[in-house]
Amino acid sequence: MPAAMTALVAAAIDVGTDVAEAFDAHDAGGGGLPQLHAPDFAPQLFWLAVTFVLLYWIMSKIALPRIGEVIEERKDRIQRDLAAAERLKAETEKALASYEKALSDARANASTIARQTRESLNAEVEKDRKAVEDQLARKLADAEAAIDATKTKALASVKDIAGDAVVSIVGTLSNVNATKDEIARALAASGADK
Amino acid sequence: MAEAADVAGHAESHGPMAQFEIKRLVPLELFGYDISFTNSSLFMVLALVLISTFLILAMSRRALVPGRLQSIAESVYEFVAGIVRENLGKEGMRYFPWVFTIFIFILTLNMLGMIPGSFTVTSHIIVTFALAAMVWITVTLIGFARHGLGYLKLFVPEGVPFWLMPLIVPIELVSYLIRPVSLSVRLFANMMAGHTMLKVFASFAVSLPFVAKAFPVLFTAAFTGLEFLVAFLQAFIFTVLTCIYLNDAVHMHH
Repeated sequence: MPAAMTALVAAAIDVGTDVAEAFDAHDAGGGGLPQLHAPDFAPQLFWLAVTFVLLYWIMSKIALPRIGEVIEERKDRIQRDLAAAERLKAETEKALASYEKALSDARANASTIARQTRESLNAEVEKDRKAVEDQLARKLADAEAAIDATKTKALASVKDIAGDAVVSIVGTLSNVNATKDEIARALAASGADK
Repeated sequence: MAEAADVAGHAESHGPMAQFEIKRLVPLELFGYDISFTNSSLFMVLALVLISTFLILAMSRRALVPGRLQSIAESVYEFVAGIVRENLGKEGMRYFPWVFTIFIFILTLNMLGMIPGSFTVTSHIIVTFALAAMVWITVTLIGFARHGLGYLKLFVPEGVPFWLMPLIVPIELVSYLIRPVSLSVRLFANMMAGHTMLKVFASFAVSLPFVAKAFPVLFTAAFTGLEFLVAFLQAFIFTVLTCIYLNDAVHMHH
């Protein structure tokens, strides 16, 4: 671009000089506006071209990129900081949510565990009780059976003893040697063994 | 130096127009062209040096949190960048360095001209015309480079009935061709008129008797304030118009 501009200004100087000659012819007497004093055009155009091109070069290559960089950097920094703040906020919220969830989970767990413990304890107690009751019932039944057996045996012994007694009584009293079997039959016939 | 001034062939004068005289400080010649270092050249070089040193020194710290000077440099940058973005959109930032150079150069030359006894480079039609011609030629080249012959459609606005074309097209064409003239005359005339007025009223302060001097002095003081505004405003207008012309060439929205 500066090269193009230089060429441009050179052309402008040419045009300017032509115009200058025209003005000179017209304004040969001198005086008038200094702005229309044509011989002054060429040096002004030359120095304008030199200073403008130089200024353009310094601005576009050095000064403006630096300012632009700093402004861009600041914008980026602010953007980054805002983004970081946003991210941290989201993280905090997530942590809070997970903390609350953990808390409520723990609560639920605790009540479940309590209920389960209560239930299992109840079941165990029930089982123990039942076992003890069963044992007692069994012992009771055994005892009853033993009592029954003893009673039966005792009754049977009574019949035997009665038979023996009857034999000896009958032998002593009537001299009839009745056997034990005959006595038993007689007893059965009279229904006295009941 | 006095000899150099004589080379220009101007008689030393103190009229309101004397401030615009070109004085050859160092007579120079190149390939037959007069390229003398004049008072005008001096202020152009001064502007170049001031702008460059200021912008480079102000940014030397490249601080994330800007100091005073850096804030000014960044403000100027953002100001011109804002004009470019507003008129040309984001892709127009390609032309930003060029537009910025035009703005800061004209602004500085105008402001340097406000220093009493200095020289106002932009009060010369040849300077403002050269700047305007550069803008016009650059814009036209960009227009043809981007749209080829389609750039000529700029002169045929859409939605205009065809029988109006013989009227519209010449008007569009003339208004396009007149751009460098209007652009340069606006700046030149504003600067010259303001400085001439100041000088005329300041000379009243010398010629009027005693108490009456107060009026031209007060007026000159107030008018100097207005001239600072004009100095900024004309640089701004030149820059905005450059952007508007560029927008025509880049986007062809008419």
